[in-house]
Amino acid sequence: MSKMYYRELRCGVPVRFWMGLTLLGSIIAIGLGAAYYMEHNGHWVTGMSNQVVWGLPHVFAIFLIVAASGALNVASIGSVFGGPMYKPLGRYSGLLAIGLLAGGLMVLLLDLGRPDRLIVAMTQYNFKSIFAWNVILYTGFFAIVGVYLWTMMDRSVGKYNRPVGFAAFFWRIALTTGTGSIFGFLVAREAYDAAIMAPMFVIMSFSYGLAFFIMTLITAYIWGDREIGDLRLARLKNLLGVFVGAVLYFVLAYNLTNLYITQHHGIERFILLDGGVYTQMFWIGQILVGSILPLFLLYSPAFEKSRWAIVAASVAVLIGGFFQIYVIVIGGQAYPMNLFPGKEVIESGFFDGQVADYAPTFPEAALGIAGIALSLAMVAVGARVFKVFPETLED
Amino acid sequence: MRSSLISNRRLIILLAGLVTPAMQVLGESAYVTENSKAASLESCVAPTDDMRRNHMDFLRHGRDDTVRDGVRGLEYSLAGCIDCHASTDAAGKAVSVVGKGEFCQACHGYVAVSPACFQCHRTTPDSTAERGSLGYRFDADSRHPIGRPVDRETDHEQ
Amino acid sequence: MSNKCGPPSTDRRRFIGGTLAAAGAMTLAPGVILHAVAANDKATAGASGEHRWGMVIDTDRCADGCSACVDACNKEHGLEGQGRPATDAVWIRPVKLKDRQTGHVNRLVMMCQHCEHPPCVDVCPTNASFKRVDGVVLVDRHRCIGCRYCMMACPYKARSFVHEALSNQSVNAPRGKGCVESCTLCVHRIDAGVMRTACQDACEKEGHAAIVFGDLKDPKSEIRRVLKTHDSVQIRADLELNTGVRYLNL
Repeated sequence: MSKMYYRELRCGVPVRFWMGLTLLGSIIAIGLGAAYYMEHNGHWVTGMSNQVVWGLPHVFAIFLIVAASGALNVASIGSVFGGPMYKPLGRYSGLLAIGLLAGGLMVLLLDLGRPDRLIVAMTQYNFKSIFAWNVILYTGFFAIVGVYLWTMMDRSVGKYNRPVGFAAFFWRIALTTGTGSIFGFLVAREAYDAAIMAPMFVIMSFSYGLAFFIMTLITAYIWGDREIGDLRLARLKNLLGVFVGAVLYFVLAYNLTNLYITQHHGIERFILLDGGVYTQMFWIGQILVGSILPLFLLYSPAFEKSRWAIVAASVAVLIGGFFQIYVIVIGGQAYPMNLFPGKEVIESGFFDGQVADYAPTFPEAALGIAGIALSLAMVAVGARVFKVFPETLED
Repeated sequence: MRSSLISNRRLIILLAGLVTPAMQVLGESAYVTENSKAASLESCVAPTDDMRRNHMDFLRHGRDDTVRDGVRGLEYSLAGCIDCHASTDAAGKAVSVVGKGEFCQACHGYVAVSPACFQCHRTTPDSTAERGSLGYRFDADSRHPIGRPVDRETDHEQ
Repeated sequence: MSNKCGPPSTDRRRFIGGTLAAAGAMTLAPGVILHAVAANDKATAGASGEHRWGMVIDTDRCADGCSACVDACNKEHGLEGQGRPATDAVWIRPVKLKDRQTGHVNRLVMMCQHCEHPPCVDVCPTNASFKRVDGVVLVDRHRCIGCRYCMMACPYKARSFVHEALSNQSVNAPRGKGCVESCTLCVHRIDAGVMRTACQDACEKEGHAAIVFGDLKDPKSEIRRVLKTHDSVQIRADLELNTGVRYLNL
């Protein structure tokens, strides 16, 4: 293979870059304004309540955090598992991972009841709490991926690339295990409390992260007027197909288990049959758009050479993934907890036994979208000031 | 002659300009709001200088003892500060300690420190809590169970 | 006992001048202060592991349509609704149940169950959710960052998040925007040695006496007597949390 040269990404039309950055900047500004509005007034101005305590911001945050660790996979395949086709993409993979995590954490942080107490979260640890572990895992991820990028970019420390790559790979598995365990470790609610949550989140991260990666990679190369070879894209495309199928398998296993356990029939009925918006999101959003459509686009011979099909499949995976997390986070809370088995609640002072209402509000959405905008802005700036992208990715 | 008069006047204005902030600082350094219980007392629960310098640390220690270990009636208590330092208006109504020019705000505004205490703690003495029996108003005399045990046997063994 | 805001007594002067240093309340360096607890003769000893505070609720005595305990709790802790039921704080709530098979109707009140192994404490990242040595589960609002993970973890839906800025809170329960809160088992009363909760008082005043509060570790206590002579249940006993709140006739 000929030598690979990396170069800062410059747009063919310079004004495009600044226009794009300005757009992202204004989205971020709107999101920060929305966060201020929510914090200033208190959370009653959002759709969240004492019944649905985690809302749309958490869906965005978890989506981005999960995707972040998955975006690092391409680098891991290159340096840990020795895939020469993936190696030149390692730098961008690391950059995207950092960007996505930063965006997700911004959303998560700004939705706290007391974001001003970040310092408390950083200094007081309850090591039995998976949340506290996640604080360490998230901050550690920045550090390890930072060092990983350094070993990729600086030839003098290049010999450490492989061990650091290993460390980063294990760290990212731990990170997504931690994120999945936020739900897996909740004994109270029927939708959660399942060990499969952790591996399912890991495999979800593979899928979303790679979809983000493919989508932004193709965009960047169009943007920078550079070439990507068909063979390389075909590799990425096949990998995405495998990940989408794997997510589907985990979803199947999770739901089959619940369908077997009588105690969980209520939540299954809610998600699969009569949960209204959550049922629609599951079947149309997660299964149809998020799984079947991309599998068709990726594997149909009709689209074998189509780049647009690959981009469309990636976008579909991301939309489906968003709905999947929405159904997990919000659907799981909306379904009432069964405090009194065998009994029907006929009166309650606190909505016992009722499906909780949740309608997201504009500020919540604005904050979440600002998270995505922050991720993209960091990636755009990073790609412009660092030598991240190879000059050409011709086969 | 005329010019020296002007310069004298200027000098006086200059001096006044310099002295006024200093006087303000002096005034503020002796700050206890009128019409508060504290105004009639010689010193706080510790010497004034000590309180002025260390009240936040005293309170910070006390808060963990009280919230986490249930130790009440501490020498340094935020509720105690408010009881003593909140002033009353002409109608005898308590004024918030974080109101403009009031005890807490006067200094914290001057040094641009915004204490988080009052996001949770009330800023006037609580007149509704029953004195002598509840909360921080611990009183040794009230330490006995009130009420009577209920006879539960009678209606369950029917 | 002298009010701490009364005229300074010579006692206190001696105390400040003489025993302050020895007692350890002096400033060693800026920001470093030893505990002042030992120096203060007015301070209570604090929570003790010799007790475990709990409650028994007799569902047969819980009267239909009655909200005396809820009102008393709200008054005691200064909980004021904003007219927004979905976000207003609820520390104690009545629940009416009907058995799906038999049609038997129960009424009871739910609140924080003060578990021996509270899931809210396990999940709290900053140790803001904690269990006192006497079994009372509380939120330390000085540390709560408002992540609401405890609300996700609580099997009893016992917790509320403060959704708006508050003022004029009760001195019994300082509380504010952005923190999570729940039933404190009237811990301010326990600490003051008044071994009665506001809900219990109210229930008794209404003539129902459905609530008994007391020390689960004291064999001679009323609550232990009731629990020994009656069959009681824990809600969601399958989780093995060993709740401090038990129910009769459920």
